[in-house]
Amino acid sequence: MSYTKRLDGRKFDELREMKAIVGIVPNADGSALFAFGDTIAIAAVYGPKQLHPQHLQDPRRGILRCNYDMLSFSVPERKKPGPTRRSHEISKVTQWALSEIVNLEEFPNTVVDVHISILQANASTRCAGINAAALALAHAGIPMKEIVSSVSIGKIDDRIVVDVNKEEEEYEEGAGSTDIPMAFLARSKKIALFQLDGGIELEQLKDAIEAAEQACKKVYKIQQEALKDIR
Amino acid sequence: MEISNLTKERIHDYLRAGKRFDGRGLFDYRDIVIETGISKNAEGSARVKIGDTEVVAGVKLGVSEPYPDSPDEGALISGVEHLPLSSPHFESGPPSIHAIEMARIVDRGIRESGFIDFKKLCIKEGEKAWTVFLDIYSINDAGNLMDASALAAVAALKTAHFPEYDKDADKVIFGSLTDKKLPLTESMPITLTYYKVNNAFILDPISLEEESSDMRISIAMSRQGKKVIINACQKSGEVTVAKDELISILEKAMDKWKQIEPKVAKLIDKK
Repeated sequence: MSYTKRLDGRKFDELREMKAIVGIVPNADGSALFAFGDTIAIAAVYGPKQLHPQHLQDPRRGILRCNYDMLSFSVPERKKPGPTRRSHEISKVTQWALSEIVNLEEFPNTVVDVHISILQANASTRCAGINAAALALAHAGIPMKEIVSSVSIGKIDDRIVVDVNKEEEEYEEGAGSTDIPMAFLARSKKIALFQLDGGIELEQLKDAIEAAEQACKKVYKIQQEALKDIR
Repeated sequence: MEISNLTKERIHDYLRAGKRFDGRGLFDYRDIVIETGISKNAEGSARVKIGDTEVVAGVKLGVSEPYPDSPDEGALISGVEHLPLSSPHFESGPPSIHAIEMARIVDRGIRESGFIDFKKLCIKEGEKAWTVFLDIYSINDAGNLMDASALAAVAALKTAHFPEYDKDADKVIFGSLTDKKLPLTESMPITLTYYKVNNAFILDPISLEEESSDMRISIAMSRQGKKVIINACQKSGEVTVAKDELISILEKAMDKWKQIEPKVAKLIDKK
């Protein structure tokens, strides 16, 4: 049996219903929520602000710091609170994915903190987090060159699917599941996030990259609409 | 640690001319030396040198309760530590984000390739299974610890033997190794990391090149039957990559992997 129909009935190139809201944490300089179906991420931006300790400061530009974590109750089996090796890595790739879109040269010696929390997880959480963070940065009025949009591509058995959910992520029949989170910059089409986990041939990986680019355009549209509708 | 702009520009000049400080081509690897059995009390161990870069890896085994989501499988726990003795840039304390990231890339390559047959590590379903503790330490950082670590991991696993296990007392008798080897498959993962320096991509950087690089892409691949499969990828660093650039690197990596894999297999098996 090959994967001829998606478990939740979506088309292979169909994302789950997306939701984006800008301005959800009044205390923050910028904030946003982004959801892919049951996966919900919120992000808040604080800064630019003085960076302490002083030796971390960069006199040429402000620095971007990201912190991703899942709330303990966001997953079926309670996650022990506090950072893990996984969350450290995701924080870092998130920072990398966002760093080229912001221009912090006018804010030397400062830091912009981006905090991302996963409220509810059903796979693709790092992608939802990046999408929320990009919106929150824009909302905070940080000088930006463009927006970054992220989506996870999957190879489930031998089919390329867009926006993987938990059920698909855990698919074990046939060739199983390969997870490929990616992010594209909206205008320059550059790739800001590329990870892969599973097993895929080169030719099919090229198709996956293409599918990611197309899907990110849809994500960008939702982000754009949310930014026009700031409360 | 930051490298001076002067040196950086010099490296850029060299790369523009397709040259490197040590005379290699852009995608040439330094000489690889692999030694196994370098630490007697480990169940398996290896030392890998790539030029002046040196890492050691060791495998220890333990028996524990399997994870609830895989009751009939053993587990793998991998760690990378950048020892302060191996570079003036490393400091003691909890692992840096770079070490954590490296460990996770090594781990993903091994796990996703199916190199370890986890089902064969099960002793009693839902109750007892072997856990493979894989620890990698840097001894001298002269660039490209990433690929060296992944290679050392594979070599250490390849030489690992089970210790004796007393089922009745539920105790592992450490120090007395059996003849039984760790259950491995033919799908040996090898990781190649391409570093972008200015506008050029290179393989196997020396420290100066690595420090002037803004972005890198690690690609772990393995053979599955007749095919070569990509098992893990990671783009690291603040700089983005264009789609055609990424695809060309993936293609280069595939070709390079096919050249390097038989050589590495020979180096490990020679012992």
